[in-house]
Amino acid sequence: MDMTALFLSRIQFASTITFHIIFPTFTIGLAAWLTVLEALHLSTGRAAYRALFDFWLKIFGMAFGLGVVSGIVMAFQFGMNWSVLSRMSGPIQGPLLSYETFTAFMLEATFFGVLIFGRSRVAPWFYLFSTGMVALGTTFSAFWIMVNNSWMQVPVGYALENGIYVPTDWTAINLSPVVWVRFPHMLLAAYLTGAFCVAATGAWYLLRGRFITEANIMLRMGLCLAAVLMPIQLFVGHLAGDYVHDHQPEKFAAIEGRWHDEQPASEVVVAIPDEASASNKYAISIPVLGSVIGSMSLDSKEVGLTSFPRENWPPVLIPFFTFRIMVGCGLIMLTLAFIGSYLSLTRRIGRNRLFLWATFLSFPLPFIATWTGWFTAEVGRQPWAIYGLLRTADAMTPFLTARTAAISLVIFALVYTFIFSFGIFYIYRLMRTGLVPPMVTPAFAAVPNRPLSLAGEGERVLAEAGE
Amino acid sequence: MVTFWVSLLAISILLYVLLDGFDLGIGILFGLTRDQARRHAMWGAVAPIWDGNETWLVVTAVILWGAFPAVYALLLSAFYLPLVLMLCGLILRGVAFEFRYKAERIRWIWDFGFFAGSLVATFIQGMTVGALVEGLPVTNGQYSGGEFGWFSPFAVLCGIGLCFGYTLLGACWLIKKCEGDVKAAAYRQVPYLAIGLLVFLVAVFSFALAENLQIMHRWVERPYLFIFPAIAALAAIVLAVSVERHRDGLPFYMVALIFLSAFGTLAISFWPYMIPYVMTVEEAAAPHSSLAFMFWGEGLFVYPLMLIYTVVSYRVFRGKVRETPVH
Repeated sequence: MDMTALFLSRIQFASTITFHIIFPTFTIGLAAWLTVLEALHLSTGRAAYRALFDFWLKIFGMAFGLGVVSGIVMAFQFGMNWSVLSRMSGPIQGPLLSYETFTAFMLEATFFGVLIFGRSRVAPWFYLFSTGMVALGTTFSAFWIMVNNSWMQVPVGYALENGIYVPTDWTAINLSPVVWVRFPHMLLAAYLTGAFCVAATGAWYLLRGRFITEANIMLRMGLCLAAVLMPIQLFVGHLAGDYVHDHQPEKFAAIEGRWHDEQPASEVVVAIPDEASASNKYAISIPVLGSVIGSMSLDSKEVGLTSFPRENWPPVLIPFFTFRIMVGCGLIMLTLAFIGSYLSLTRRIGRNRLFLWATFLSFPLPFIATWTGWFTAEVGRQPWAIYGLLRTADAMTPFLTARTAAISLVIFALVYTFIFSFGIFYIYRLMRTGLVPPMVTPAFAAVPNRPLSLAGEGERVLAEAGE
Repeated sequence: MVTFWVSLLAISILLYVLLDGFDLGIGILFGLTRDQARRHAMWGAVAPIWDGNETWLVVTAVILWGAFPAVYALLLSAFYLPLVLMLCGLILRGVAFEFRYKAERIRWIWDFGFFAGSLVATFIQGMTVGALVEGLPVTNGQYSGGEFGWFSPFAVLCGIGLCFGYTLLGACWLIKKCEGDVKAAAYRQVPYLAIGLLVFLVAVFSFALAENLQIMHRWVERPYLFIFPAIAALAAIVLAVSVERHRDGLPFYMVALIFLSAFGTLAISFWPYMIPYVMTVEEAAAPHSSLAFMFWGEGLFVYPLMLIYTVVSYRVFRGKVRETPVH
């Protein structure tokens, strides 16, 4: 076992998936937003909804394409770096991820084609239906990914036979209570991401005095939706914490920065945890609150990390801080959403430049919250790949050398940085251009088998006209 | 159940090779010309469909993982470095499709990415098959060849061979889909590519004989295998005639037939092994509960729908690509 190779493999998986998760989170939210817009357009007939739909469809296309491209690597990486894991848990994780690919391909790719090329060819209700199907497809994707990851967090419905995990109860795997907390948590995160990106774009246009009507719609709808969803998300997040408390006590202790058993337990608000001395420095804590959060009681005993064998400790620093950053982002978003909803009820929102700036600058928050949430979940699961069953160190391809892992890490880092800088630049350019009147018919190559191609059609027609 | 999934796997691989084969081939041809009009037409002949074609690679990977996890784990970890390069190649050409028309000054970067990505991905796919035919070093169900255990002159030869093969397939697709300059150029290229492929096949065959590769024994045991070279030879003759007489529709299907028979040859010479002489299909298969779970949803319903969907999208895109785009 090459420890350097292990470290590099972990960095590689973490960085590629960190890049990847931006795009699914964004597109799940956007797909739902597109469905709402199209429904509003059909029922009210207002041109503004149509203009917004066309604008966001282009951005959706771009983000969707980048998600697909970065996702291909995911389908291979399990086998390349984590071949022991993929062999042992393949009978469970393989089918789950194959369902993800199959359903996503069916619903997303098929109906996405209709969205790009079908406006003039299908009935309006069918167009709306297709938008809904794309949204459903992205939701299914998220579902299977969450089932898969939840199984790695809390494995159920399996039996160990000849060194592999054989599924014995698919119902238990798919409908595990953990899935039904974490899947809504992720879905809400995606919707909030969509809502904040839409609201921030609206704020940006208002600040620059462009597309006033549409910008107002974006700002209001985004913030009001967030005002409804954010409290629900905090509650679901609390439920997600409960599963960690019950099933992964080491992770819970690390998040809480709790080193020793306490009864009743206090809640560490901020501190700098120090693993070497198993204590917190500069801690600010609130008595009894730890028991309330952990067990909903005033005098429960909460376990500390030192009650577990040292080799089963997760790294403390990362989950401790990422969790707090996630919650912090959530609270800021909640405040913004509430103030924004209040301002838009009193019709003063468009004139409050300070608030518009705050909303505009808030667009990274949902992404940061999603990242840090995942870091908490995944780093907190360490040292296990499959919690309690298979250690990450044992899951790696045993003959992988540090040199090989370093080469692949460098190559992936370069390629990802390169293409994503351009991808984000082109998305920014689409946003800066803003809403444009409906373009001429798509270029010559109009076939519904090309999710990546949407964003370019308009410019391509122009480019060709200039050639 | 195992038979069902091994069939679906075979269909997926075959579809991938045929479909992504021609667009990878066109990517290589794209790099061989400087003529902007020809490049533009080539682009138009693949841009609408490459995405769907590549999906079959991901489908192959996840079927392999779900239904044959041991093979998935063994192959992917064994071909680590080549796969990194192949994935990067595929990513580069994938984004090239998106970014090319958004860029003006740096369009050459995406043009180069399209060409280089296609070439690298093709070469590695060929090399992988070559290494498999030759036999991977495996001890106790685990790859034991080290970082470069897959590397051999034979594997490299197969990599080069597949470049010829895909490029030939690509040229025939251009003949089928395009008019004018591009088609004429493709007609000029086909004979060279076909001869290249033939030379390669002869080389591979003699190499296999000289090295006394285990796979050659299969031919003695299973004489019915000779039906495949016979089909291929027939297809090659029809190909030559159709190129001679400029029958635009035919060459592509003939080359596809050659690929099909090559694929059939390999599949039947491997059988019942999935990784030759290391792991049989039965040994590699996931437990029944996994296969059944996949069967009742994606196998029975989604997969057929995907096939229908592929056919429909090709029907929408049938006919020649117009040379000048609609304004």
